[in-house]
Amino acid sequence: MSAPLLSIQDLSVHIRGDAGLARILDGITLSVPAGVTMGVVGESGCGKSTLLRAVLGILPNNASIPNGRLEFKGRDLVADHWASARGRIGFVPQDPYLSLNPVFRAGDQLLEIMRKHAPGSRKDHTEKLIELFRAVQLPDPEGALGKYPHQFSGGQRQRLLIAAALACEPDLLVADEPTTALDVTTQREILGLLRNLVASKGLSLLFVTHDFGVLAALCDRVTVLYAGRVVESGLTAEVLRNPKHPYTRMLLACHPDRAINLIGIPGTVPAATQQPEGCRFHPRCPIARPECARKIPLLVQLPDAHSVACPWYSDTLPEQAIA
Amino acid sequence: MARYVIRRLLMALPALFGLIILTFVLSRVIPGDPAATLAGDAATPAMIAEIRAQYGLDRPIIEQAFIHVRQVLTGDFGKSIFSGRPVAEEVIQRLPATLELTFAALFIAVLLGVPLGLLAAINHNGPIDHLVRLLSVGGLALASFWLAIMLQLLFAMELDLLPLRGRVDVALGLPPRVTGFVLLDSLIAGRMDLFVNGIQHLILPAITLSLPGLATIARFTRSGVLEVLQKDFVLYAKAVGYGRFRLATIYVLRNAVTLVVTQIGLLFGALISGAVAVEAIFDWPGLGTYSVQAIISADYKALLAVTLVVGFVYAAVNVLVDVAQAVIDPRVAEDVA
Repeated sequence: MSAPLLSIQDLSVHIRGDAGLARILDGITLSVPAGVTMGVVGESGCGKSTLLRAVLGILPNNASIPNGRLEFKGRDLVADHWASARGRIGFVPQDPYLSLNPVFRAGDQLLEIMRKHAPGSRKDHTEKLIELFRAVQLPDPEGALGKYPHQFSGGQRQRLLIAAALACEPDLLVADEPTTALDVTTQREILGLLRNLVASKGLSLLFVTHDFGVLAALCDRVTVLYAGRVVESGLTAEVLRNPKHPYTRMLLACHPDRAINLIGIPGTVPAATQQPEGCRFHPRCPIARPECARKIPLLVQLPDAHSVACPWYSDTLPEQAIA
Repeated sequence: MARYVIRRLLMALPALFGLIILTFVLSRVIPGDPAATLAGDAATPAMIAEIRAQYGLDRPIIEQAFIHVRQVLTGDFGKSIFSGRPVAEEVIQRLPATLELTFAALFIAVLLGVPLGLLAAINHNGPIDHLVRLLSVGGLALASFWLAIMLQLLFAMELDLLPLRGRVDVALGLPPRVTGFVLLDSLIAGRMDLFVNGIQHLILPAITLSLPGLATIARFTRSGVLEVLQKDFVLYAKAVGYGRFRLATIYVLRNAVTLVVTQIGLLFGALISGAVAVEAIFDWPGLGTYSVQAIISADYKALLAVTLVVGFVYAAVNVLVDVAQAVIDPRVAEDVA
């Protein structure tokens, strides 16, 4: 088996802030082989955005990477300051309204990315962009280059940003909940567009979301994060059909499409500065045992590349927790 | 854009009309009887009355106001009570000197203030940042008359590098008047020696006058850049690999300078009033020295003319500032129009 396109091994990210040291990510291992679409799912505050920022090399100044490796196409990203990621990893940000500079023309902003990271002349780049604007179904592809961001709607801006992410012909696309800022009908269109583009270009995708529905529509594989650790990973269909970790099971039970009663998960995600010892989920876990507060659970390998960070995954959850 | 410019010009009109009325009211509130001053110590009441009649000071106040508005609109500001010459002529004669000084000061303030503010923001909480913050507090706190004298002592008296006062060396004389700006006129006349001499004379007063503006611009640039650096689009630009230099300069600066440009408009007023003291110290033949004389001799016609001309220039500069802002940020023109 060849090396995966993106490989994250035992990655930890700490952020030093006023409230002390926050261990945002703790020993994350995750890989995205070529052509695979990987979803990262979890509640807000579980570290999924930090994971994305680590991959893109845009961690805040007070962040540090005490251990672990980030490799893209076999190159150590940290060691080469993400130089090998630039242009090779396309990024679709969360908020299309805030991600473009309002005082520059859309075309100039996109061409600047290509000037740095794509071969060819400005004329080639312009032609390529117009072609991409057609592919993302942006109205008036020729005129779009000369417009300012505020002259586009939110959905159109997200299309622009998807075109921007594809402009340098990347190997990997990274997306941070790219539809949360949009209304429901636009969300569907953008997701459909993203799925078609990824499939037709054979791109790899790292997609971060809190929404299992979006995830199911887009990703072959899923990694579930809780409080900065991987709690479960596997093929999306398998994990959705047969979730193992108590957190995944309860999270899925929370989904409005599945839940009979909306009971949610008692408690909240712990503050990153005050992570509990042992399994980080144990204070909220209905099947926690005394040793869960002491021992960090290892990933248990199950058939079909399914793995779960809980030794008690076969225990039944009490009725009221998932009903 | 054209609509926006026209709109801005129209919006300046009520302000200018207000200015005309205000100057009239002020001129009547000022203590001191100009007719009595003009007539001198030995004047009889009959002589003072005659002078009143001659300048229209004996008419009803409302009628005087109407006459004032009509005269201003036709460019007739009356004759100086002091020199007897038309004040419009005298003011136009001296305006270029003041403008040359203020523009030079503004030029220095922007040319140094913007990069300093940018450097400070990029090195946020670093040594350069602290230094710039210290300078910007100091620049506002220093009294210009003190700074002027210190600069004169050091650069003119001690080091003998720059001239002490005046606009050009008396021996060289002024270039033939075309625009009234010495630098422009000497270029037009092809007199490079005069041009260099003019710049040498301009340096010290312009630096003195620019310092508070420089401090303000550095401070606003710094806070503007710091604010823009927090924006999502900067993070996005970093993530997609924008060039470092381009990101730190043009990409962030263009957003940040919208704040600074507004400040420039406001600063222009402060510069012109600051010019009064600076002109007096450097013996600069501009409107500042002229208005000081006018105040001392209660020459209210001259004061009116100075106030109005400065007001018009200020309004014009602020229209320019608004237009510049719309060029920098296209949303500005669309929001208003």
